[in-house]
Amino acid sequence: MTVSIIRFGGSNCDRDAERALEHLDIDAEIVWHEDGLPEDPSGIMLPGGFSYGDYLRAGAMAARSPIMAEVREAAADGVPVLGVCNGAQIGCESGLTEGAFTTNESARFQCEHVYLRVERDDTPWTAAYEEGDVIEIPIAHGEGRYEIDDDRLAELEDDDRVIFRYCDENGETGPDTNPNGSKHNVAGVIGDRETVAVLMPHPERVTLPDVGPTDGQGVLQGFESA
Amino acid sequence: MTGYTATVTVRLKHGVLDPEAETTQQALERLGFELEDLRAADRFEVDLEAKSADAASERASEMAERLLANPTIHDYDVEVAER
Repeated sequence: MTVSIIRFGGSNCDRDAERALEHLDIDAEIVWHEDGLPEDPSGIMLPGGFSYGDYLRAGAMAARSPIMAEVREAAADGVPVLGVCNGAQIGCESGLTEGAFTTNESARFQCEHVYLRVERDDTPWTAAYEEGDVIEIPIAHGEGRYEIDDDRLAELEDDDRVIFRYCDENGETGPDTNPNGSKHNVAGVIGDRETVAVLMPHPERVTLPDVGPTDGQGVLQGFESA
Repeated sequence: MTGYTATVTVRLKHGVLDPEAETTQQALERLGFELEDLRAADRFEVDLEAKSADAASERASEMAERLLANPTIHDYDVEVAER
């Protein structure tokens, strides 16, 4: 298993992701998007940052770059794909996952620690946790409000595709524990397959023990269990 | 072939929260303006050559479908004028 971390012009969490994965003994390499995926990729991470200056909409340009066609193909073949922050925006823009991440309700960039409730523990990305667990993790985004039409959201919820919701430290979700105004406090969803997931918060920033909490390790360990 | 300008207007679907428009409205109200509502939209003016206005419109619509708009949150319309 070697996770290919795709670097777009403006990615800035790629090296953090590499270090976090290596700390977990998961091999990782940074791949420049114009070079394309390696043959037979075994894992793909779309890191955070500001690809293409986030012009038009966050993730819109990167989602339509040639390497994303390769990523969609690999994802359809069952290769684990994780999108974080800008990577989550790219994931939704490219159709890997449903919905859209758009301007925060506050209309501001927000950088803070939040709590997430684990909504199911039988996906690779959440297998390290128990359903109902509360994890502490940072967000750093201006466009993280999950938006989707109500009927489609109901279908996603029926299909158990929501894997993380914003909550308080006791796991209660509601308008007061929703940092960006996401519909139904959605912070992370899976795609058609459980091996594809996106989330706005940054697990790679809460993985190395020397920088604080390590609640994000379980998400990244998903590459091994996928 | 004729030169056209296709104007693509992309706006949030009805009911989708627009924090930037709300902030703009509040700023106008602070300046003393009275208004009931304010909606913001992105406008793209695309100059292109096409055989007919319909062909120009079709190509601009495809641009909206594939990049300029995100169908999850946006509606769009296209107007074509000869240059």
